[in-house]
Amino acid sequence: MSELITFCGAFAKQPVQYRKAVRVKRMLPGISKVETSLEEVFNKIPITNGMTLSFHHHLRNGDQVVNLVLATAAKLGIRDLNIALSSVFPVHAPLIDHVCNGVVTGLDTNYLSGPVAKAISQGLLPQPIIMRTHGGRARAIECGQLPIDVAFIAAPCADSYGNLNGVMGKNACGSLGYAFPDAEYADYVVAITDCLEEYPLAQISISQTRVDYVVTIDSIGDAKGIVSGTTQVTKDPVGLKIAQMAAQVIQATGLLQDGFSFQTGAGGVSLAVAHYVRKMMQAGNITGSFALGGITGYMVDMLNDGCFQRLLDVQGFDMAAVRSLAANINHREIGADCYANPFNSGCAVNQLDAVILGATEIDTSFNVNVTTGSDGIIMGGSGGHSDAAAGAKVTIIVTNLLRGRLPIIVEKVLTVTTPGESVDVVVTERGIAVNPRRSDLRQRLADAGITVMNIEDLKLMAERIAGKPEQIVLADKVVALVEYRDGTIIDVVKQISSAN
Amino acid sequence: MKRLRRSMLFLPGNNPGMLQNGGIFAADSVILDLEDAVAPQEKDAARFLVAEALRSIDYGNSEKVVRINPLETFAERDIAVIAPSRPDVILIPKVQCSKDIEEISKMVSRYELLPGSIRLIALLETPQGIAQAHNIAGTGKRLSALALGAEDYTASLGATRSRYGEEIFFARMMVINAAAAASIQSIDTPFTDVDDIDGLQQDTVLAKKLGFKGKLVINPRQIDVIHEVFNPSNGEISWAVRVLEAIRQAEAEGSGVASLQGKMIDAPIVSRAEQIVHLARRLGLLKEGF
Repeated sequence: MSELITFCGAFAKQPVQYRKAVRVKRMLPGISKVETSLEEVFNKIPITNGMTLSFHHHLRNGDQVVNLVLATAAKLGIRDLNIALSSVFPVHAPLIDHVCNGVVTGLDTNYLSGPVAKAISQGLLPQPIIMRTHGGRARAIECGQLPIDVAFIAAPCADSYGNLNGVMGKNACGSLGYAFPDAEYADYVVAITDCLEEYPLAQISISQTRVDYVVTIDSIGDAKGIVSGTTQVTKDPVGLKIAQMAAQVIQATGLLQDGFSFQTGAGGVSLAVAHYVRKMMQAGNITGSFALGGITGYMVDMLNDGCFQRLLDVQGFDMAAVRSLAANINHREIGADCYANPFNSGCAVNQLDAVILGATEIDTSFNVNVTTGSDGIIMGGSGGHSDAAAGAKVTIIVTNLLRGRLPIIVEKVLTVTTPGESVDVVVTERGIAVNPRRSDLRQRLADAGITVMNIEDLKLMAERIAGKPEQIVLADKVVALVEYRDGTIIDVVKQISSAN
Repeated sequence: MKRLRRSMLFLPGNNPGMLQNGGIFAADSVILDLEDAVAPQEKDAARFLVAEALRSIDYGNSEKVVRINPLETFAERDIAVIAPSRPDVILIPKVQCSKDIEEISKMVSRYELLPGSIRLIALLETPQGIAQAHNIAGTGKRLSALALGAEDYTASLGATRSRYGEEIFFARMMVINAAAAASIQSIDTPFTDVDDIDGLQQDTVLAKKLGFKGKLVINPRQIDVIHEVFNPSNGEISWAVRVLEAIRQAEAEGSGVASLQGKMIDAPIVSRAEQIVHLARRLGLLKEGF
């Protein structure tokens, strides 16, 4: 592992290097890229012990590719693999057995949920995993800190010469954006598809020039798991109240005018913010510039209604987003580098006016945890959280003040995912707090008649209702390094203790 | 000054999460419900939960109302536990006649800490209750409002509930008229399709037009729509301000008769304008100075 540098500010670290030089390839005329067996590809490359294999999460919890490739590795007796999988979902539970059997010994990811996350928290791996941001992963690949031997790209549709897209085929999932850096930088690129079209493909996301093999299999995924389960506007009255207040905050900032740019998540409350913002835009006859990030049918509707001129789509969340990406020229597919890499000549998050983000915990210094739950177990990770927070003019965290019996605002978060300096406003159902760094925003909110509280007072309010939870006990072993988008280490996750 | 009751939000008395969050929606009143929302085997637990909620949860500016069970079931047991926790109001379901109010009032007197502090609202939801509306409205000092419960009422009639509410027009007018005659408020039945926001808006506009002062609410999502309807509109405020301005000017000029745009302003118009300005000021819709 290379030398670790501690986080010292959201924009403190400057790159002093050149990008990694990629392996130069050639393909002679007359050679076919198509293979019908993963084993054949493993043998041809060849894939050997200790390599880094990369994968992506555009098929989300419907992904079959990771499990198939690792089963092949296990069958061939390969060991000590490092897995660079952009997000880990419950469907990837077989990873645990592969670790236990020595097939896998390292994990590099931006987000984990489900059994693997729990097992990692319990100390599954001898070495800590690395948890990056979406932009940070692109940066690490381009800067040579995450060298990839073989990238396996699940391709809903491919042609016989390795052109790929995510909008055709029975398992169409939309944008392939998270695979773009891997396709460009991996030594070998293997496309795995269940929909092989004749060359050349009508719509191309990832081009033939870096794809070495195209493997055909029966199914790359389960369409039911591909569609995210949370792409509807919430009906929960508390969530709606928070969303309405967040939309009022956006309006009060003065940013909600022609040219407005916006990112929000696919969760029910985040989408509800979009719902209220949409109403405000329609009432004010406002045409925004673009919406960014993971795209849902709701954002597609906003594009079609004229609320935005473009969608910049790094990941689709439902079939409406897939169909729109295929058909609408104003719905653009972008890669993780363009989306959020801090070390290029400008990523899309830098162009954001406002972003709505969640939190499992937020502390009185506005640091946000979206990595670990109240029990200390990993239940997420930054994904694009830290990236969008750093880039946007106004970063708004929406969260319940109490979740179950737990106050969400604490003195110090268990794990810092996103630094407080990049968080501007916290909106809860019982009040709004503004980061003291943003006295300009505080004034604007006050001018608009919005009551602003100190975050300490919000914390006290929660504690008056629910009491102050005891600190959980953790073991000493570090199970994950939490890397900020610039490559510095912002925090670590420790193994949960059997004492809890 | 009469309490503002544009929205009266039901919270299930056996749901700690809803009871805890009930104060954040800025309803004019919250109704902690021991009746329909609570299964018979849970009445006991809900009664104590609601009593505790009244003592410990901050409902902000919302009036604290408890809907007890009907007189013939658990009313006295409810009141015995609830009244010492000092609710602002007890909402009595299925009120049939003025005697019901008298009995409940006596029970409340037995258990309340501060004599006369707890007000009552009568929920009329039976044909007998509607027929007796005028007698009920004039019963006792505690009664602050009549409310209409149309679901049970129409079921008793054998009528079918509709989106436009033709079937409850008579009951609505009985409640409104009885309440007005007794100088208390009238509160409209809830709109039960929580996903039909347009329907809710139309139903509330109708309720306001008929004379209701507020509406029962079964989902917090309905509150904003209801407030928007019951709040005086900009046009109404502007009209009321001009009426009062004309009166003031006439008084200054020593004239006994004021007029606005050629129409004489008589006492009922002044009264209506004063009510609008008063409400607008309370809701912060009118700048100081008027």
